[in-house]
Amino acid sequence: MSIGNVLLMMFSAVLVENFIFAKFYGCCPFLGVSEKPDTALGMGMAVTFVMTVSGAVTWAVYEFLLEPFGLEYLKTVAFILVIAALVQFIEMFLRKFIPALYSALGIYLPLITTNCAVLSSALLIVQNDYSFVEAVCFGFAAAIGFTLAITVFAGLRSRMRHADPPKAFKGFPLTLITAGLLAMAFSCFSGVKL
Amino acid sequence: MQITDVLIPIGIFAALGVLFGVVLAIASRIFAVKVDERIPAVQENLPGANCGGCGYSGCAALAEAIVKGNAAPTACNACSEAGLAKICEIMGMEAVKPTPMRAYVKCAGNCHTAKYKYVYEGAHDCIAAEKIGGGNKQCANGCMGLGTCVAACKFDAISIVDGIAVVDPHKCSGCGACAAVCPKRIIRILPVTGNYVVACRSVENGATTRKQCTVGCISCRICEKNCPVNAITVNDFVASIDQDKCIGCGKCAEKCPRKIIKKLD
Repeated sequence: MSIGNVLLMMFSAVLVENFIFAKFYGCCPFLGVSEKPDTALGMGMAVTFVMTVSGAVTWAVYEFLLEPFGLEYLKTVAFILVIAALVQFIEMFLRKFIPALYSALGIYLPLITTNCAVLSSALLIVQNDYSFVEAVCFGFAAAIGFTLAITVFAGLRSRMRHADPPKAFKGFPLTLITAGLLAMAFSCFSGVKL
Repeated sequence: MQITDVLIPIGIFAALGVLFGVVLAIASRIFAVKVDERIPAVQENLPGANCGGCGYSGCAALAEAIVKGNAAPTACNACSEAGLAKICEIMGMEAVKPTPMRAYVKCAGNCHTAKYKYVYEGAHDCIAAEKIGGGNKQCANGCMGLGTCVAACKFDAISIVDGIAVVDPHKCSGCGACAAVCPKRIIRILPVTGNYVVACRSVENGATTRKQCTVGCISCRICEKNCPVNAITVNDFVASIDQDKCIGCGKCAEKCPRKIIKKLD
């Protein structure tokens, strides 16, 4: 794959194949931590960090451990194990050496240990037979797509806080409707043929 | 199928698990961060109910805030006297004597005295009932007695008696978790100093309150006139007693025609 192709793949992962709006991965944090834009951004940053690193590590585990022994069918189990251990390790590392980043990511870091978006990005990397560089780029781009989606959504929600909708729509119903409208807006990107 | 087809994956995954376990164990040693040892010491002396009444997410968060100086050692209402003294000692401060606080439900309209608007048969939760026409009582400020505060209380201090919530002063720690969840906002956290309190929050005028409940405040102002220290004011058709001014003489309770001014014990 040339650089151009990698860039196209990344563009596609961010917008066209957006994890939340096109693939419906990671909907739980998308609805759960999108109350305020800054917490949403914190969550997005934590996901970006973990997804990028886990993309690289799971690629190596698959390539050098699972494939040689013909254990491809166990990749889900292996990836969960690897990602969980990795997040724990990263958390300890950050706490020691980059406390500012640690406190900025806060509770979100351990929360995404078993986030399905992180796991699915690892699985997609294997499915699409990406090389190491592509794997890292894909993990990063998919997480940027996630961050974009959750931040935009949190912005919308924070504006809606002062709206006065009919009582039956107040709170979660309106949140889900907004998410639907935003997903429709993103579906326009599916017309982009790459 | 050979036995190795099973043994190899088991071996690899066991090895992976052990490897990650060992690496994490070593990492936790290497990357160990020195925590201020006062934080766990302070936390030990907090009640540990994680009620959230102080405004922090739990006792651990409050302990950290106290040590960092972001919260006063007295921030926890539920803290015992001995616990507070210990916390002050850890923080190198002089011991502060806490004012005992307790929750009080400002409503006396039980099933015998207050009138109901409809029969509520939905989810057993005040917040749910509040959404249906503002609750099942005619009085918009009356305790619905569905026990949202009972569920919120970590100290088992609230019970429903005759259809309204009643706080057991001996069990109540004054943490404020019940006051935060009450949709009617009629639970107050008050200092226990032998003061008096008006057991009503009805903001309707006297005539309407009289129709809704036999023990509602009708804003007759008799208590206001009889208070020797001007601690009582009638606003929005309901009397309230300033706890800082009240001297606990009990004249208001004596004169109240509705007998709804109660002594805090």
